[in-house]
Amino acid sequence: MAEEILARIKDKFSTRILKVFEKSPHRIYIDFDSKDIPKVANFIFREMRGRLSTVTGIDTRRNIELLYHFSFDSSGTIVSLRTLIDRDNPEIESVTPVIKGAEWIEREIHELLGVDFINHPNLKRLLLFEDWPEGKYPLRRE
Amino acid sequence: MAKTIIPVGPYHPLQEEPEFFKLLVEGEKVVDVEIELGYNHRGIEKIAESKSYDQVIFLVERVCGICSTSHPIASVNALEDLGDIKVPERALYIRSIIGELERLHSHLLWLGLAGHFIGYNTVWMWAWRYREPVLDIFEKITGNRQHYAMMKVGGVRRDIESDDIPEIWKMADGLLPVLDMFRGAVMDDPVIHARLKGVGILTKEDVFAYGAVGPTARASGIAIDVRKDDPYAAYPLVDWQVITQEEGDVFAKAVVRILEMYESVKIIKGCLDKLKVVGGEIDAKVKEIPPGEGIGRHEAPRGEVFHYVRSDGSNRPVRYKIRAPSYMNVPTNQKSVVGGTVSDATITLAAVDPCYCCTERVSVVDKKTGKKRLTGQDLIKLSQEKTFRLRSRGLE
Repeated sequence: MAEEILARIKDKFSTRILKVFEKSPHRIYIDFDSKDIPKVANFIFREMRGRLSTVTGIDTRRNIELLYHFSFDSSGTIVSLRTLIDRDNPEIESVTPVIKGAEWIEREIHELLGVDFINHPNLKRLLLFEDWPEGKYPLRRE
Repeated sequence: MAKTIIPVGPYHPLQEEPEFFKLLVEGEKVVDVEIELGYNHRGIEKIAESKSYDQVIFLVERVCGICSTSHPIASVNALEDLGDIKVPERALYIRSIIGELERLHSHLLWLGLAGHFIGYNTVWMWAWRYREPVLDIFEKITGNRQHYAMMKVGGVRRDIESDDIPEIWKMADGLLPVLDMFRGAVMDDPVIHARLKGVGILTKEDVFAYGAVGPTARASGIAIDVRKDDPYAAYPLVDWQVITQEEGDVFAKAVVRILEMYESVKIIKGCLDKLKVVGGEIDAKVKEIPPGEGIGRHEAPRGEVFHYVRSDGSNRPVRYKIRAPSYMNVPTNQKSVVGGTVSDATITLAAVDPCYCCTERVSVVDKKTGKKRLTGQDLIKLSQEKTFRLRSRGLE
């Protein structure tokens, strides 16, 4: 099942995939350019019925790394789409217009890592209190 | 008609996570709901980066006060995925026993509070009374009624002695007639039917769009359960079933939780049987975590817990991401509460089991005058009065 999922994504986006890493039989990581993420996420969500478990944001000091974890529940597989975005000007197209369940996690990454999600319908703070200073991001490594 | 804002929350001693719901109402009808959170943001993901892997397990156990072992199980699953670590079989059974005992006490707690919200205070008293023996067993086998500290990478911290097995068995068996009673009380009561059926409906499409998990998804006919889908611990080694209902209303959510408790009892008994014959180590004695990344999941009482961990080979994680099930389930209230009435809002908000929806500090403020106020007690009273009305009408 995990092979079928990977084969279908490879088939559709063969030229866009930068790297595939199969950590274990049910854990697949696929690297994409940040411009391709909305398209791929849309395809996985709408066509393959993958459930967005969550998104992980990491400050690697060189880039901001985002991992979109999609769960395929019938086979217990998690496909994580990995993308690197510019640390000084971190922005990426939001997937919330397509996947309603991404609204909170994108807001969280916005306030904790300073990533701007373009076309997000409601990009305000989720967890931080309103008197937290602007431009300070708790999960950044300064 | 003038629109009114009803703020619900954010603090209540019953909750493990404070949340703040702004209900926009027209008369009795809820037309919109806005959810605010962050009142309990403790920065645990950031703190985890400064703790050793051994300490991280204890740290994530503090994420939740009710289902306290859910995060440790997800955490050890993530670290074992990262390090390709094999766990001794005996430890797998102990993990599942702890996980299911926790589901039992968590669902009983929910059942009691749900009863209270709709005016069945006897259900509240009884459900919590029958929850006690589960906590007593926890105290006996782990030393604690909550925060059991049983999980560690590569195994468990304490064995379950064979002397304790008969007592756990007896407690599990003793719960069956109690569950029969609750099942009868919910399924055969016309007033509960009138109160909960068709209320706060979540469709399959809503579940999919919001990524809802656990009983919230299963009550809408979506059979997702990490224990079956992505097997771990002893769940693939014993016999049990995933419970689903089709309707998606509050009634279906109650039924799913009640029937799931039977399955938990089944799993516990299956594991206890195996513990009698499977001996050996309970710990793989893991020395270090290699560089890499791992994902671990656990089906908590409220749904899928998701942990992502990245290691650089040192004794601390470089990034530790946690996603609890309520994070996905609470936003579904934007669908299930809207369109319903204020007297149904309390039980609908509670139906996703978000750790009890802040009813203490509920107040109703008129948008125009800003004067009229209702307290949290008033809102519960509204809900209870509706049940009493239905009950007396049914008896006539």
